[in-house]
Formats: sequence, structure tokens, C-alpha cells
Amino acid sequence: MLTKRIIPCLDVRDKKVTKGVKFQNNVVLGDAVEMAARYYEDGCDELVFYDITASAERRPIDIDMVRAVARAIHIPFAVGGGISNLADMGRVLLAGAEKISVNSLAVAHPGIIADGARAFGSQCIVLGMDPVKVDDRARFPSGYEVTVRGFRERTGLDALAWAKQAEDLGVGEIVVNSVDADGTRNGYELALTRLIAENVRIPVVASGGAGRPSHLADAFTQGKADAAIIAGMIHTGEYTIPQIKRELIAAGIPIRKKW
Amino acid sequence: MIAIVDYKAGNLTSVKLAFDAIGVEARVTDQADEILAADRVVFPGVGAAGASMHHLGELKLADVLRTVVARGTPFLGICVGMQILFDRSEEDGGTQTLGFIPGDVRLFRPTSPADKVPQIGWNAVRFQRTHPVFAGVEDETEFYFVHSYYPVTTNPADRVGLTDYAGVEFTSVVGRANLVATQFHIEKSGRIGLSIFRNFSRWDGQC
Repeated sequence: MLTKRIIPCLDVRDKKVTKGVKFQNNVVLGDAVEMAARYYEDGCDELVFYDITASAERRPIDIDMVRAVARAIHIPFAVGGGISNLADMGRVLLAGAEKISVNSLAVAHPGIIADGARAFGSQCIVLGMDPVKVDDRARFPSGYEVTVRGFRERTGLDALAWAKQAEDLGVGEIVVNSVDADGTRNGYELALTRLIAENVRIPVVASGGAGRPSHLADAFTQGKADAAIIAGMIHTGEYTIPQIKRELIAAGIPIRKKW
Repeated sequence: MIAIVDYKAGNLTSVKLAFDAIGVEARVTDQADEILAADRVVFPGVGAAGASMHHLGELKLADVLRTVVARGTPFLGICVGMQILFDRSEEDGGTQTLGFIPGDVRLFRPTSPADKVPQIGWNAVRFQRTHPVFAGVEDETEFYFVHSYYPVTTNPADRVGLTDYAGVEFTSVVGRANLVATQFHIEKSGRIGLSIFRNFSRWDGQC
């Protein structure tokens, strides 16, 4: 049986992992490569790195860091932030990443999804989206609007319509990162996750709000997610990956047991 | 030396880095003489069967592979590098493939919307028999898969490992004399994946 994936997320600036709430008040948690290696040893199923200041500083992604991660861990990892064209995608993949995550770039230039999928395969292209809950059902039938640039800008795009468009363009999976839940550690935005998961034929990754192992179980059962991103709950040392896995296995969730 | 065959079928960085991690010399190459001179051959692949066969043809490598397989050189296929060892694939409107192992490759057609295509993630392998390349690997170990098509072996003796997905049980590890191949990505399957590469680097091609 295909197992549900647990994916630690590392927000990186200057090779250090940071964590903030709603993209603000970031504090340094440790060295990115060392933390990746530790989570790998602990049995995480995949990792994702966001080079959080690359876009804002208009510089390309830190390829040396991607190379160092690829030497240290032998499981899939995705990289996002600081990717502005097909050549950047190629460099990240050749450095050893399995996937590229596009977010603001895809909203501005949806064609990059199709170009990336054609050049490297759909499985390499992940759409990250940051939807926020809205009341205007006439404009946003799903009840969620897509934001970009660290939640700072609204796009006018309906979250479900954008997910379906990205699927049609050839994206391989979708990370649904709830603006409202991000950093709260009160649980994933389950209704949103489920809405997307039930309406696309590609894997959906729940993101934002994980604070306890039961939140992941909820994302997999109620949210219908194929994978779940975690950050603060393990970065702070409050939980370990083996501990989370044990609780999920006890809850009857299919989880990778041997590593 | 191990030759990692580069036939423009995707990114070989991770395969090379996995061999580096276990201290085994491996060279990424598209040169016939280097592949023919290698002690062992790794045949990876990411992408479509049609394009893969096209690139093999352009590089004139199909006969080189046929030669190394026929003379008993230990040969390890991965993902699309497994799929094109069979007779044919449904991919790209039907593709004739290398025909080293009897069988064909079919598209997942799930009946449940919960089964996404491609299959992406870690799934268990049920070993049907022992094989030197999988020495020390426990039954039901999970490996990392990314694929929309799956192999169907004609000859039950070729089935080393089976995996369930989208309502089918498919051959996830195939073994026939000096040929061994996996549908999953050994290079992305963590410490246990590295142990498979280590076993392969010592394998004499007998089983």
C-alpha cells in the first residue's frame, strides 16, 4: 500500500533554517544541511527547502546548498524560492534535487509549469499555493483566494480554479499551504485541503498549521491529503519524526516503517 | 568500474551521488567503449519509454546493451530503465522496447479517485525469493516510486518482488540471470537503497 508522506519543511536564509509565524519574526534554528541530515536519519520521507529571501533579494537560488543537501541525503527533496526561469529549474535538478516548487512565478507566468513539465517531466514540478479564506463567494467559489509573495499580495485567483488550471498545465503535485493556519500549530485547514484533493487527480500535500501528530492524521483522513508538511513541531524538538510515525501507525495510517 | 548509462533519460546526479556515498567508483557515460569495458552497468531512467528508445537509437546504444547483457555483465535497471527491458510499453501510443525480459508495461487505470497517477511515494515490496542484490533487505520494506506505468512479467520466475497499487499487483523487482531491475528509485530510497547499490557493486551476476 502506498504510504502517506511526512515532509519536513526547511525555510532557509543564508544556509540557516529559520521559522516564523505568517512569514514574520523569523528566528534561526540551525544549519540547513545538518538539519536535513538529521531528519533523513530519523526517517522523514521527503524534504522541502524554501530559499525564503532569494526572491526578495533578486538573487538566484543557493545552488551550493542544494548540492550539499544532495550529498548528505538520499531521499527526494524539493526546492523553492529564487527560481525565475527554465534554466534555474535545470540547475536545481542537476544539483540533485528531485522537484522544483513554483509559487509566485507560476501565478505571474503560468506557462512556466507547462515548459517545466515538458523539459523535466511533471513529477519534477510542484505547485505551491498560499490560499487565504475569503467571504466573496461570487468571485471565489471555493471560498479561498490565492496569495503570493509571502501572503503579502492577493491575486484574484480562486484556489480551486488555480489548482485545476495548474493540473491541466502539467504540474505533478500541489502543496496547499493555508495562510490562515500557517504557524498557528492548531491543525491544517482541512476543508481547503480536502476540496483540492477531491478535485484534482494528482497528489495533494497539506501544509500550514501542524502542531501535533493527530493533525497529520486529520490531514490524511479528513483532508484526503497524500502527504503532509511539518515544520515548527519538529524544529523546536517538541516532537521527533519516529514519535510522529508511531502515533500515525497507531491511528491506522499507512506510514513507511523501515528506513 | 561501474558505468551509469547516460541516454538523455533524465537526471543522473542522484544515482552518481549515491555511489559516491558508498565509496564505489561509478562513471556517468554515453560512450559505447566505456560501457563495454565496465565491470557492471547501471541503466537508470526518468521520462517516457518512446523518448528513451529514441535516444538509445540515436546514441547507438541498444546493441551495446544487448552485448553486455548477453555476455553476463551484472546489469541493474531503474524505473524507466526497468520498463524498457521488457518487450513493449503502452506508453507513447505503444512502444517496442528492448525485449531482454518477457513481458510488457501498462498504464495504471485506477477505479478509485483516491489512487492518483502517477504513483508518487513510498510503497512496500513483497519479496518472492531471495536475490543477492537484495541481501539484508527485509520483506515489506518501502521504497520510493514515481511512475504512471507498471511492468507485467510473463514468466513468474522473473518476479523477485511485487507491489500493490491502484488495484493491480505489479512486478516491482525483476531478476533474470545477470539482469536485475527495480521500478522504484534505489537512489532515492535512503539507507536501504544505498545497501542495494553496495550489494550490486559486489554481485557477480549469478543468482
